[in-house]
Amino acid sequence: MNRRMILHTAGKTALIEAVLLILPLIVSLIYKEKSAVAFIITIGIALILGALASIVAKPRTNTIYAKEGFIIVTLAWITLSVIGCLPFIISGAIPNFFDAIFETVSGFTTTGSSILRNVEALPKGLLFWRSFTHWVGGMGILVFVMAILPNVSDRSIHIMRAEVPGPVVGKLVPKVKDTAKILYLIYIGITLTEIVLLICGGMGIFDSFIHSFGTAGTGGFGIRTDSIASYNPYSQWVITIFMLLFGLNFNYFYLFLMKKFKPVLKSAELWTYLGIFATASALITINIYPSLNNLSLAIRQSCFQVASIVTTTGYATTDFNLWPTFSKGIIFILLFLGGCAGSTAGGLKMSRIVLMFKALKRELQKALHPRSAKAVLFEGKRVEEGVLNSLGIYFILYMACIGIIFLILCLEREFDILSNLTATITCINNVGPGFGAVGPASNFADYNWFSKIILSFAMLMGRLEFYPIILTFSLSAWKK
Amino acid sequence: MKILVVGCGKIGTAIISSLLREGHDVVAIDNNPSVMAELNNLYDIMSVCGNGADCDTLSEAGVQSARLVVAVTDSDELNMLCCFLARRMGAHHTIARIRNPEYNDQSLSFMRSELHLSMPINPELQAAKEIYNILKLPAAVNIEKFSGRNFEMAELLLKDDSPLNGMYIYDVRRKFPGRYLICVVGREENVFIPDGNFILKSGDRIGITAPVTEMPKLLKTLGLAQKSAKNIMILGASKTAYYLAKMLSSGNNNVKIIELNRNRCEEFCQALPSTMIVHGDGADQELLLEEGIKGMDAFVSLTGMDEENILISIFASLQNVPKVISKVNRDSLAAMAEKLGLETILSPRKIVSDILSSYARALENSEGSKIETLYKIMDDKAEALEFNVQSDFVYKEKSLKELTFKNNILVAGIIRGKKNIIPSGDDYILPGDKVIVIAAGHRLNDLSDIIK
Repeated sequence: MNRRMILHTAGKTALIEAVLLILPLIVSLIYKEKSAVAFIITIGIALILGALASIVAKPRTNTIYAKEGFIIVTLAWITLSVIGCLPFIISGAIPNFFDAIFETVSGFTTTGSSILRNVEALPKGLLFWRSFTHWVGGMGILVFVMAILPNVSDRSIHIMRAEVPGPVVGKLVPKVKDTAKILYLIYIGITLTEIVLLICGGMGIFDSFIHSFGTAGTGGFGIRTDSIASYNPYSQWVITIFMLLFGLNFNYFYLFLMKKFKPVLKSAELWTYLGIFATASALITINIYPSLNNLSLAIRQSCFQVASIVTTTGYATTDFNLWPTFSKGIIFILLFLGGCAGSTAGGLKMSRIVLMFKALKRELQKALHPRSAKAVLFEGKRVEEGVLNSLGIYFILYMACIGIIFLILCLEREFDILSNLTATITCINNVGPGFGAVGPASNFADYNWFSKIILSFAMLMGRLEFYPIILTFSLSAWKK
Repeated sequence: MKILVVGCGKIGTAIISSLLREGHDVVAIDNNPSVMAELNNLYDIMSVCGNGADCDTLSEAGVQSARLVVAVTDSDELNMLCCFLARRMGAHHTIARIRNPEYNDQSLSFMRSELHLSMPINPELQAAKEIYNILKLPAAVNIEKFSGRNFEMAELLLKDDSPLNGMYIYDVRRKFPGRYLICVVGREENVFIPDGNFILKSGDRIGITAPVTEMPKLLKTLGLAQKSAKNIMILGASKTAYYLAKMLSSGNNNVKIIELNRNRCEEFCQALPSTMIVHGDGADQELLLEEGIKGMDAFVSLTGMDEENILISIFASLQNVPKVISKVNRDSLAAMAEKLGLETILSPRKIVSDILSSYARALENSEGSKIETLYKIMDDKAEALEFNVQSDFVYKEKSLKELTFKNNILVAGIIRGKKNIIPSGDDYILPGDKVIVIAAGHRLNDLSDIIK
């Protein structure tokens, strides 16, 4: 195993993070806050550790295989989170290490669950950093490393596969490096558009940046305790639309830019995604209309909440804990789905769901006609049996992880089953809010330190889609 | 530069790997999903699964923006169709593998122009040509010819009894005057561009450039000559064997082909009436002895199995056959075979990927001095390139000694019209010349790249 390469990449990640930390530093200098010192200290630590790791472990060869790919990604994300939580601790905003780690992991994995009881009290620099972690984590830090650094390994596809969400990674152009660049350019482009549109709608510049980062990474950290509710309807609609856009497969944007509309418009994943959004919004609108007695408000609230949950963002304009049970049920189901593959969203992903239902349909048909030969088709191509099998295995793994983490959370006496269950689901799917004690209007502060670590783990597992984390912590990966 | 490679078999994979090393953007097309999945793990490419002669597949792979399309599937016809379509759909250049001997006659040039093919390639024919050159000059381990076929580079192995061992290069030049240049030396894992103070050692591989007409004389004076092979035994009735036997049969040679498959034997009897075909198992040592392997001047092993070629070649070397040539396609096995003591190892894959590297590099550099040919020498550690000097070459006013070259670069020959010049410090590089450059550790695109 190429241990040097693993350590080297972790070092590079720390160095890149030091560079990224300059942005919140600038913000806190603009607002003349004391938190600037915390950022300077963190940058120093990141530079020293990063330089040490990447110089001491200069790789002899940059050849990596699937195994190294998984471990590199896991270690890079852990490095990222540990360094990323330092500004919170040093500045004293979140003095407890476990709280800070939970908040940072929640940021990088674009979950958006928070332990902060009073967000508004945080300095602007830290608020900026907290939301910026969403933006960085959304597309993936290693994809970023690949896009900007020269000399990436020939087999860096293993890293991309481990980091980019979705069952298969489609390259846009032959080289991984160029693909990463294109993805980031699209990402930056759409984020900037949203910032401009929000500023035009009268949201402050700082708030526009924060909310655009949160939308882009499908994260969900806000800067007000009531999330987006107190902003005007225009801003809420802009955020709704952009949440949906960031839940799309980024390949669509590239194909659109290349003027290839046909494959996009024919995509089963796209229509399933939009179909689920439209149906769920319509049902909830009908369900909550009687209590609101205001059609436009009902439509706006249901669309916003559905978009927020289905793309795993986690913003809120209302507390859906207070909705009728049927609407809550729909939201509960949506917690699992997630956006399209190749987007910044978490969850199971639309393409997996479409494929699983197609496989199910075929199995049912096979039960009726045992000799029938039928292939599962997806986006016009035959799906291989191996892919379908691994899909089933993935689903089992997903459910097993939810089950185990749920049981561990239940060790705590304070919370009821619903809170624990939705806390687990929302963390694994990187959504943000759950039901009961962890609903949109409340937070995760009351969990004890052990549960917070477990939930941080759950968020990382969900973001990296289980395999990297599980394989890194399994003994057989480290055996010679 | 974007290049499409259709067909990812042995040759296709070799091409992909060498094009990637040159830094190109490669899109691979093959109809076998598991091959594609494997390639995606090994190389940084985009892959499209489908039929290479299907317009949808080609356009999905982005043929419209491809500078070059290389079709190397198993089927000649599919390759031709694929190139034809790709050309019509907007690809700038197309290369097809066409290896059926029936197509490789007068009809080839007609097909080439009708299909708008930039270049047909035939790995088997290329390999046969290379073997033929070596058989004409058996002292050489390898021979690369430059344009006009008047100038060549021979790679020689210094054996224990060579008179050159332990000599300084300038001593060699003083003692054996002539029109030649020792331009590159490979010693174990390293490659050197030697100057006068370099001492040759036994076991070195040296590259000598000289005009073709002077090479045999030169090798004689250097004490390296071997008489050209007359009695040749070929193992395996492959396509390469067919082309080789055909070339050899025009001279006064005695060629014997051993083949296991009865039908192949009969086909060969018909196609090559003057050649002796033996039906039998080449792995059977008794048979080889019975057919007189001990009296042969050369033994060429061309079966489809690398391992078989290596083992039987070792047996032939043990029988004191003076020249043993073995075809080994897999790079890792070739390196091992060399360690086992086989001198001349030939890989059709490598020949083809060399041709493609040079073609792609020449395309990339449409202005300035065009690359005419490119050979990877000394186990790919150095390159021999031939440039066409254009009229806007900046340094035409200066003699070679006035120019400062980069390290590990040597101008090994200048071809001016019919004249071959072994360059000295007083020579000039003029527009219209063809210049042969040996470079180790550089990737040259243009002739002016050689100057500091």
